[in-house]
Amino acid sequence: MSDTVAPTKPALFLGYAKIGLLGFGGVAAWARRVIVEERRWLSERDYAEVLGLGQILPGPNVGNAAVMIGRRFHGLAGALLATSGLYVGPLAILVALAVFYDLYGTTPGVAPFMQGVAAAAAGMVMGTALKMAGNLKPPIELVAVGVLALAAAAVLRLPLPLIVLVFAPLGVWLSLRRAWRAEAAK
Amino acid sequence: MSEESDLWALMTGFAAISLLSVGGGIAVLPEMHRLVVEQQGWMDSLGFAKRFALAQAAPGPNIMVVGLIGWEVAGLIGMFAAMLAMCGPTTLLAYGFFRLRASLGTALWLRVIERGMVPIAIGLIAASGVLLATGAAAGAGSTVATVLAAAITLGSTVFVWRTRRSPLWVLAAGAVLGASLLG
Repeated sequence: MSDTVAPTKPALFLGYAKIGLLGFGGVAAWARRVIVEERRWLSERDYAEVLGLGQILPGPNVGNAAVMIGRRFHGLAGALLATSGLYVGPLAILVALAVFYDLYGTTPGVAPFMQGVAAAAAGMVMGTALKMAGNLKPPIELVAVGVLALAAAAVLRLPLPLIVLVFAPLGVWLSLRRAWRAEAAK
Repeated sequence: MSEESDLWALMTGFAAISLLSVGGGIAVLPEMHRLVVEQQGWMDSLGFAKRFALAQAAPGPNIMVVGLIGWEVAGLIGMFAAMLAMCGPTTLLAYGFFRLRASLGTALWLRVIERGMVPIAIGLIAASGVLLATGAAAGAGSTVATVLAAAITLGSTVFVWRTRRSPLWVLAAGAVLGASLLG
């Protein structure tokens, strides 16, 4: 608990650069490993709190956590160092991927390959949604809200602000109602 | 002129989307699709799905697809402009909110609200999957190829849903199957 170590500015940048570079298929697991286990900047509990707050705010939660952790140790400079560390590696690789796409993205030999990856990536996203739903096991009325949001976005192609405006109050109300009932049943 | 207005549309569009991206980047993919394919016509649905898949091959937060879209619209400048628009506003927010910590993170009312919102986020992520799958299947040249693309998607869905193995396996399998059968 007490054996956490405050990072120096270069260490903050380098630690986040490592997280960004190794974060193939998502940075969340690597961020926890580097920050909590390897470098001991934060305790498990502190990190979970920062990440939880990062999740409530818009934007990638690991990115938000980088800003908050950087600020905690070194103010504005820390926030900038952690954030730029997180993105420097991925951006460099992204430039290479963009050049690759421009050169080969639609050439006859490579297009089917890319299309196969695209089809698999689509399944990856759907599988993730199913997995999240399975882990969460929402009550039936909230499953219905989720399915309606899916239909509104994928079939009706409604704009996101409209979807949020309609379904967020509905979801929150249903969730509140369930909490009240659980309270009343006690 | 056109280049400049494209760049402007890119930045304002992604900045607006970023502020709605609560709970991770993939939930806002349908909105990106609306902006990029349906409203601006910067690429078709297949191009969008391919770029998303390619961005998955880059490490980093899963909003890196935004950079590839920016690249298509205005090259290297477009890539940085799009990433800045997607990350800048939320980074400022996080900077301002860093003091709000434990008390908020564990508050009961917040958990109740979250429980009501998360199913919507999951529904939106599923919608992203449907749109990407449609895009990937749409570009197939023949009926057989369309069915095959759909089969790859279905297999990958079940694999990611039912196993704990790295999703990179399905991307690799998709690449091999696509290269050998879709051509």
